Amino acid sequence: MSTVHTLTIDGRDVAGNEGQTIMEVAEENGIDIPGLCHLPGLHDRGACRLCVVEIEGSPKLAAACVTQIAEGMHVTAHSEKLEDHRRAATEMIFLERNHVCSVCVANNHCELQDLADELRVTHFDLPRISPAVGIDASHRLFAIDHNRCILCLRCVRACDEIEGAHTWDVMHRGLETRVQTDMGIPWGESPTCTSCGKCVQVCPTGALFEKGRPVASGSKTKRPFLPWLRVHQEERGL
Amino acid sequence: MSKPRVATVWLDGCSGCHMSLVDLDERLLDIFGRADLVYGPLVDVKEFPEDVDVCLVEGSVSSEDDLERIFKVRERTKVLVAFGDCAVTSNVPGMRNPIGVQPLLECAYIENADINKGIPDRIIPRLLPTSQPINRFVDVDVFLPGCPPHADLIYTLLDDLLAGRTPEVAGARFGR
Repeated sequence: MSTVHTLTIDGRDVAGNEGQTIMEVAEENGIDIPGLCHLPGLHDRGACRLCVVEIEGSPKLAAACVTQIAEGMHVTAHSEKLEDHRRAATEMIFLERNHVCSVCVANNHCELQDLADELRVTHFDLPRISPAVGIDASHRLFAIDHNRCILCLRCVRACDEIEGAHTWDVMHRGLETRVQTDMGIPWGESPTCTSCGKCVQVCPTGALFEKGRPVASGSKTKRPFLPWLRVHQEERGL
Repeated sequence: MSKPRVATVWLDGCSGCHMSLVDLDERLLDIFGRADLVYGPLVDVKEFPEDVDVCLVEGSVSSEDDLERIFKVRERTKVLVAFGDCAVTSNVPGMRNPIGVQPLLECAYIENADINKGIPDRIIPRLLPTSQPINRFVDVDVFLPGCPPHADLIYTLLDDLLAGRTPEVAGARFGR
């Protein structure tokens, strides 16, 4: 039997098992905390910093997706200060690559665009970086447009943890960081890719997309299939 | 008391935001019954006038001419509205930014030209190194994102501004 902890999130009394994250407990209790790298069914990595919350007694903000609950914790998930932080994080994600919503395959099916809407990000104060990043369309069915990639690494985790192929990984560091297929070879030449398409399904933006679909026809919504696959794998002892 | 003076400006954009403005349809009669349209692509006035109360600026700042105009517009306007995604984020015109001006012009006017190959050096204003949203150069009072912003949002915005209210344009977002 696991230990049950009681805590508050935005003043509400909630409870969860030891080892659960603040994000998981919030989700179970219908408290919405924004996040772009978090996806139920994948291990969390605290990359996007959108789920930052305040914990009473701590001077630092904590990423709800990678912070475990503790007994008597008082968590603030929504405040003016947190909104400001989330707006700043959203702005920087937008400016790091070349996001052009109007001509994106994921226009109106994009979690980043929805987030900007939700947080009322109507413009950017910082300058754009406008990096020259490419598109790899060598795969028969899919393509990756690095202009839209936010480095949430959902593709890397879905490929590794769910499909078990580990075709996707990360190369370089800092602003030069890119997702890559098999040590940087073109996706279409990858001997490990099973063409399952899970990476495309989990991508929150238009970075990964199916070829041959007209702009804005793709539907990228939160899909419930990952936790299901994870449970299925565990039941079969895979 | 004279009517508020409204102007519109078309910088580097496709004119789609102006088309959306025209999509106000009969509401144009309401808006321009309460205000005077003193400058813009829909008005035959050559010089941007003094004492403009509200100016909608469509498009990003891409050329030397755009730059000169946006400073003049700011100087002569009380409430400057970044009108649509190009003005707000640089949007499609900004897609050239990672490429650079010279390779861009060579691609357009030499590599892909069938006749009269050559980069134009007269009449057309010179391009700036990058295309930028207008708030990189001047203070913007109101941002109205959208590609284009829906006519209903434009109406709400102008209605609020003309009535002296702080505009509340819920529903405006990038893209769409």
